[in-house]
Amino acid sequence: MRCAPWRRIWFAASATAMVVLAPHAVADDLPGVSDTIIRIGNISPYSGPASAYSQIGKTIEAYVDKINAEGGVNGRTIELLSYDDGYSPPKTLEQARKLVERDDALLIFASLGTPTNSAIHDYLNGKGVPQLFVATGASKWGDPKNHPWTMAWQPVYRTEAGIYARHVLENRPDGKIAVLYQNDDYGRDYLEGLRAGLGDRADSMIVAALPYETTDPTIDSQIINLKASGADIFVNVATPKFAAQAIRKAAEIGWRPMHILNSVSQSVGAVLVPAGLDAAKGIISAAYLKDSSDPQWAEDEEMAAWHGFMDDYYPQGDRNSNLTVYGYAVTKTLQHVLEAAGDDLSRENVMKVAASMENVRVPMLLPGITMTTSATDFFPLQDMQLMRFDGERWQLFGDIISE
Amino acid sequence: MSAVTQSAGSARIAAYAGVAALALSLALPFAVSGFVVFQLTQVMIFAIAILGLNLLTGISGQFSLGHGAFFALGAYAAAIAIDSFGLHYGLTLPLAAMICFLVGFLFGLPALRLEGIYLALATFALALATPPLLKFSLVEGWTGSVQGVFLAKPSPPFGLPLSDDQWLYLLTLVVGLALYRVARNLLDSRTGRALIAIREHPIAAGAMGIDLPAYKTLIFGISAAYAGVAGALSAIVVQFVAPDSFAFWLSIALFVGLVVGGVGWLPGALLGGAFIVFAPNIAEGISKGLSGALYGIILVVLIYLMPAGAGGLLRRLGLAQGPRTGRSS
Repeated sequence: MRCAPWRRIWFAASATAMVVLAPHAVADDLPGVSDTIIRIGNISPYSGPASAYSQIGKTIEAYVDKINAEGGVNGRTIELLSYDDGYSPPKTLEQARKLVERDDALLIFASLGTPTNSAIHDYLNGKGVPQLFVATGASKWGDPKNHPWTMAWQPVYRTEAGIYARHVLENRPDGKIAVLYQNDDYGRDYLEGLRAGLGDRADSMIVAALPYETTDPTIDSQIINLKASGADIFVNVATPKFAAQAIRKAAEIGWRPMHILNSVSQSVGAVLVPAGLDAAKGIISAAYLKDSSDPQWAEDEEMAAWHGFMDDYYPQGDRNSNLTVYGYAVTKTLQHVLEAAGDDLSRENVMKVAASMENVRVPMLLPGITMTTSATDFFPLQDMQLMRFDGERWQLFGDIISE
Repeated sequence: MSAVTQSAGSARIAAYAGVAALALSLALPFAVSGFVVFQLTQVMIFAIAILGLNLLTGISGQFSLGHGAFFALGAYAAAIAIDSFGLHYGLTLPLAAMICFLVGFLFGLPALRLEGIYLALATFALALATPPLLKFSLVEGWTGSVQGVFLAKPSPPFGLPLSDDQWLYLLTLVVGLALYRVARNLLDSRTGRALIAIREHPIAAGAMGIDLPAYKTLIFGISAAYAGVAGALSAIVVQFVAPDSFAFWLSIALFVGLVVGGVGWLPGALLGGAFIVFAPNIAEGISKGLSGALYGIILVVLIYLMPAGAGGLLRRLGLAQGPRTGRSS
């Protein structure tokens, strides 16, 4: 029994923990809802390897402040609890359980990341808690049959790849495609989407597909090999640093294919400028949100409103990053769902309202892009528009395309 | 004489307190909500890993910044055994222990020729290499690459009237106490004394006929096995493993937990585990944007207040026995 002293400490620690962690539930029959508040949970990586994405969480908090300052939703104030998971799945589960079991949140909104959301997928569905508008582009989130409490928001990577496939089939049906992709679920989702979009022509059209690891110092050798494959279409599925390297290297070795760049890396400032604006001329990509650095929206009313919001509620936010636009638009979508749910703020009804959006438009989506969902379609955004880089900025072209 | 009486008296008090604390820790899961039970289970899981690290660092004086790798190995061993081979989750604990002991032992063979910070660096490399290795295409069929592996939540056996959380808490408690007992017995054994001799004076220990490399690799293997059991429990409790769960910060967190709890004082592991689970939450509660910096500040303040960890502080206050050796703090 020499071990007694540590037990004493444990006792003290547990007693403290019990006091600190004592539940403070909403005294009402509906979880997270009373006559005056709606309690919403969010989990974002404020620390750790993915902390750059925490701008989304911060924008959400700022926009909720704005909603509350303007009277809330149907007279109720939104109480947003946003916790840090450091992009570590076990911590995500801990935070989700805290939000559901201790804080009694109505739903978990826009939790960020694929592995992190995976860790709470079964838990939230088992509990019947909405995991609404997850902030990730993986395609597993729109599966109402097996996970009726989880809903995607942004166009998933597969959808975007399918749009590129359609463009290629329409414009270069005899083209030969080379793909550079990041060797993880994000890269492979794109590759699969491209194959699915090309259908039975996939095997004959894709002449080369080379992966890279995030730990690779450069992707020069992949680009040289992709050029050697004789392809005249290059699908660049890389994150910003590698995408810029690929654009630069292709120009250096005189490879001028039809260059399709995935939306992850379409930032002018972070990718195209370092790669060289000349080298980037003619690149094609697809978008669904307005780019705040694009001068064509200078006179746009929605853009002005967004700037007003940034001025008043999030002045330290990065306006050149599309993450602040993303956070704004996704919270507008939540606001729409809560308003449409009216006074019936049960978890079932919130999910039902979210799953019956019909051509809903929120500000900052490209003109013509709307959200539609149904009991069998849990992908709100499935439309994108193609655009071409003219050496200075992106020029939208063609129609809004759905997969 | 009076010192002996005093020590006998305090031993009796300690014994009563021990029984009371055991009763409390058994009753605790029935008194708090499921979420808190889950958190306390995680505290104990980290405590088990830190206990293993303490055997290595506190007792034999070697450093490892790579125990997150063994934690990951144990977690994946358990997850793959359950998911791909249908093994009962209870059996994955000894399996994870064996695999991690073996890997730790083999890693230790060459690495333990290194001294001090060089060993720390070698083990750190192990921690850095773990997430990419888990995504490696050859093992993808088992590890699920970045998608990870999902597990079902184990229900209490024999129809016991417990919730899943309570059952996992009690399971972890029993495993933790057993491993604690093993660690204590190891220290009191001939092996333990040999290890302490190696820490205090390797040359003298060698001169006394202690086989230095053999003992060092042995304790490295045992220490890795502790981390492996903790990893396996973590996989069972969290029901999901993915490479992002075992980034290199995990190894650092375990090391921090060891220092906060007190190097060389085994019960400190529990405080170290509590620090890993609760310190980020406290930092976040103060300011989200600065949570990383606040975590650092909490750590610096703790080290300033208790330079020898919680164990050292309690010793100074006369609440705990000295470390198992003559090393003064």
